[in-house]
Amino acid sequence: MTTPDSQTFNKDQSTQEQYFTPNLSGRYKWDTVFASFTWLAVGLSVVILAVLLISVVWDGFPRLASDFWGFLTNFPSRKPEQAGLLSALVGTVWVMITVAIFAFPIGVGAGVYLEEFATDNWFTKLIEVNINNLAGVPSIIYGLLGLQLFVRFLEPMTGGRSILSGALTLALLILPIIIVGTREALRAVPDSIRQAGFALGATRWQVIWDQVFPIAIPGILTGTILALSRAIGETAPLITIGALTFISFLPENLQSQFTVLPIQIYNWVSRPQAGFHTNAAAGIIILMVVLLAMNGLAIFLRNKFQKRG
Amino acid sequence: MTLRRLPIRLFSLGLALALAACTSSAPTGEEDTAASDSGDGGEAQLEGDVQIDGSSTVFPISEAMAEEFMADNRGARVTVGVSGSGGGFKKFCAGETDISNASRPIKETEIELCAENGIEYVEIPVAYDGISVIVNDENDWAECLAPDQLGMMWEPDAEGEVNNWNQVKDDYPDQELSLYGPGVDSGTYDYFTEAVVGEDGESRGDYTASEDDNVIVQGVQSDEGGLGFLGFAYFDENRDTLKAVSVENSAGECIPPSRGSIADGTYNPLSRPIFFYVKKDSLENNPVVAAFAEYQISADNKDLITEVGYIPLPEEIVDKAIARLEDGTTGSIFEGGTSIGVKLGEKL
Repeated sequence: MTTPDSQTFNKDQSTQEQYFTPNLSGRYKWDTVFASFTWLAVGLSVVILAVLLISVVWDGFPRLASDFWGFLTNFPSRKPEQAGLLSALVGTVWVMITVAIFAFPIGVGAGVYLEEFATDNWFTKLIEVNINNLAGVPSIIYGLLGLQLFVRFLEPMTGGRSILSGALTLALLILPIIIVGTREALRAVPDSIRQAGFALGATRWQVIWDQVFPIAIPGILTGTILALSRAIGETAPLITIGALTFISFLPENLQSQFTVLPIQIYNWVSRPQAGFHTNAAAGIIILMVVLLAMNGLAIFLRNKFQKRG
Repeated sequence: MTLRRLPIRLFSLGLALALAACTSSAPTGEEDTAASDSGDGGEAQLEGDVQIDGSSTVFPISEAMAEEFMADNRGARVTVGVSGSGGGFKKFCAGETDISNASRPIKETEIELCAENGIEYVEIPVAYDGISVIVNDENDWAECLAPDQLGMMWEPDAEGEVNNWNQVKDDYPDQELSLYGPGVDSGTYDYFTEAVVGEDGESRGDYTASEDDNVIVQGVQSDEGGLGFLGFAYFDENRDTLKAVSVENSAGECIPPSRGSIADGTYNPLSRPIFFYVKKDSLENNPVVAAFAEYQISADNKDLITEVGYIPLPEEIVDKAIARLEDGTTGSIFEGGTSIGVKLGEKL
């Protein structure tokens, strides 16, 4: 700052200091209060998570320890100790791969278009508002849409109550999340990079593909994996479109009938016999392992891209 | 350079997978429908699909039967879904399933829906379930309740009014009454309200409702003044920590729920039959569906019903059900009404 007369400025300050008492201890106290509040928030969530994990592992581990392989490779049964989740596990893997194949390119494509290509007019604004609203629509609504559109209307293509119908329904469910995530990731790329690219005579395509994408890909992958993690736990839309509960053969193609882990777990939880409750806890552990493996893959991919970028 | 190509590779890999998936599945499109429609199999080996959906109450029976049936018939593929009695009938009347499980008889609206779509069906009772009224282990006063007393606790007018045990009967202690029961979509709820309140689906709204009967068990276990109702199997599994209240039957006797009293009909009005409905078209044209339906009611397999917590039907009713299946008698013996007070043996 420039003052015409530095002496008067200093004088002003010294007179002000007489009225101004810093109250440092009071400020630090607020600092500590806020810090301890955030610590409490973190601590509570960690404790709740820990209690949940410990109780699930406590209940389910004996079942896994006694017959881990059988639990993974048996079909459902009326006898809890013989029941396994092979059909549900394989169904979940099929559905999740299909969901990723459909949702990733479409979601990322839509995000790139809206962020990098679309001009700012009423039409894009309308799309934006709708996408943000769709992210908050309850999943059962998507189930009803999927039932009418994929199961009934497109039956010749999807095969009715099939993996394809289920995966398309879940893909619709998570598309808004992927689109929003992609846009956030692209927005985090500094504009100076785009401008530098254009200044050097690069086309829009070259700027996006060679400059923006490598930086944004880790963020896009994070968004995608969060979306897929939501899809893997969904039960309601799949029950609505007619996913099965008891099935003792494996899917042969995308038009096969199927069940998924959350449905199998829910069924076991609500049975009267205590043996099934143990199975449900063991099933939850398996579901968590599948989820962690998926997240691990995403983190691996992300780190790979980050190093190169 | 590698930086430029990696995303491209990733994309093309995804595209290739998607294309491969589409093309590989396209030619086999007819397979599923063809198999379930015709289901032609040799005399010795049954081959084909049986599609079952419906009530979660009947699910354990279907699961057990399907498991054993498929162990005997390697070519048969039985699948069971759970979308509730009502949800099951929606699919059944749209022609999407062969067999629909139900914990209550088919309703008037569902009969009309099926008729509209030209779906004829054979109604078969498969087992008995006894709706058990449970109280906390510490509860030493409620030994026997009449349906009227239960009705007084559960009727819509009781909402906010009846909340102490001493309102039910004068010599009951001053203890807060809290109620637990299945959600309003369940067949168990429909039957119970019809039996004690007199109106199907009418009850007070301020009770703890759960689709999962185990939650009702836990609620009553931890609440000294709690009272709930649920399927017999859930009480049977939790005998050590819960008490079942005897219910006064039409003859004025106090009868506790037990396998014997549910089977011989003395535990009324809360003993109820559960059903499955077979599509007549599938029964005639798909030998696997016919074989599975017979398997499910065969007296040889009644141990399976006991094993999963239900009560097998007495022999005379089983015989009549088998005859019904063989003759292909369509329609509902309840004509859209309730199964309360209906003697199955006489009606079939």
